[in-house]
Amino acid sequence: MSTSKRPLFDYLKAIGAIVWKDLAAEIRSRELLSAMLVFALLVILIFNFAIELQPALRTTITPGVLWVTFAFAGTLGLNRSMAIEKDRGCLDGLLLAPVDRSAIYFGKAFSNLAFMLIVALIVLPIYSLLYNINIIIPGLLLVVLLGSIGYVAVGTLLSSMAVQTRTRDVLLPVLLFPVIVPVLLAAVKASSGFLQNLPMNEIWPWLNILIAYDVIFIAVAFIVFDYVIEE
Amino acid sequence: MIKVHRLVKRFGAKTVLRGLDFEVKQGEFVALLGPNGAGKTTFLRILASLSRPTLGEVHVSGYALPSQAAAVRARLGVVTHQPLLYGDLTAEENLRFYGRMYGIPEINQKINEVIEILGLTLRRADLVRTFSRGMQQRLAIGRAILHDPEVMLFDEPHTGLDQDACDMLDRLLRDVAGRGRTVVMTSHDLARVENLATRFDVLARGVIAASTARVNLGKYNLLDFYRQSMAGIPGKNVNQQTPVI
Repeated sequence: MSTSKRPLFDYLKAIGAIVWKDLAAEIRSRELLSAMLVFALLVILIFNFAIELQPALRTTITPGVLWVTFAFAGTLGLNRSMAIEKDRGCLDGLLLAPVDRSAIYFGKAFSNLAFMLIVALIVLPIYSLLYNINIIIPGLLLVVLLGSIGYVAVGTLLSSMAVQTRTRDVLLPVLLFPVIVPVLLAAVKASSGFLQNLPMNEIWPWLNILIAYDVIFIAVAFIVFDYVIEE
Repeated sequence: MIKVHRLVKRFGAKTVLRGLDFEVKQGEFVALLGPNGAGKTTFLRILASLSRPTLGEVHVSGYALPSQAAAVRARLGVVTHQPLLYGDLTAEENLRFYGRMYGIPEINQKINEVIEILGLTLRRADLVRTFSRGMQQRLAIGRAILHDPEVMLFDEPHTGLDQDACDMLDRLLRDVAGRGRTVVMTSHDLARVENLATRFDVLARGVIAASTARVNLGKYNLLDFYRQSMAGIPGKNVNQQTPVI
């Protein structure tokens, strides 16, 4: 038996290994990112055609359209990310590793966050072009980061539950969307605040909600993941 | 090396393991036989810490399950009929990934050793999805021995392999077991396990119904032993945990 005696180092190494593995496999297969991207672009295109927006209304509706797009595309990614592990039996391979199982959660969550942010970074400029509105502003990017963290924190936990069931494709959104209402609400309000150039004292409460939600659900996932992932 | 006392496993109202007792000494190669649905895979999953026992005591390498699961997992190698490999990574990348998950120091040297044992040197840079089923299963064994485990669990490793691949797998299994490791393997292929294992246990109706060492088979062959165990002869009752030979 040849394992090292540095638990924290091994823990971080395991997280890094999962992130590296997910990104390396995705670079080769492109099955997860392409599905998320195509879906996200279709959603903003459909919104573009379906809603004849007055220029004045665009700023108002943009946060809603953006977060609906991220939420639905994110669900596809979360489902696929865990299904890849389950369908090929690799989840057992991860569970057999002699590290705290929360390392699996954090590894998968970081990968999911990377995929969501890549999709967001591609969608935002395309949205700007389609709707003729500049949304590449630092404040909005911060909201996208905080909202995505909250989304994947809960989503990774729930997708690891849903993946154990036969109806995982249906179950994940049913479980996820009610739980992420606070994230979506706060993200939409904060995004709207930045797009409408509202004073920071009106935006901070929403940012605080996002930060609190992120911290709480990461902590909850850290505690319960071991029980959730077991059969 | 493995001690199991009065193990019970229930899934809802269904009881799969009913007070199972089981013990394996260091260096033994135990073949766990039994019909479909007897609970072999469930039992192996409990030993591998992938499933929690409902009742009973389980110790592997001196550590209790589930309370010391991480310590058990560090000493355990598991091979199932699924290779637990990522098709979009190369053979080397798969081993490197699992090496990092197990915190193995000097991983490059270890990967080289294992790939040589597996006879996959020429394919180490190829994506695993391009591998045949037999090659994937060989690599799965490499994944399982990478951290040099004391105990190996094999759950029907021959499933889906052709004759040549089975023969190659057997050579690898002998090599793995020959290095002083303790091995427990489930299988339906009696002819194959007869030449591999040093002991044969029959799991039926949630308990070890019969057990014999290979040297004690005597005039029986393994098929005779298995049939008699399942028919309750000479153990008479397959629910009794009585060695029949």
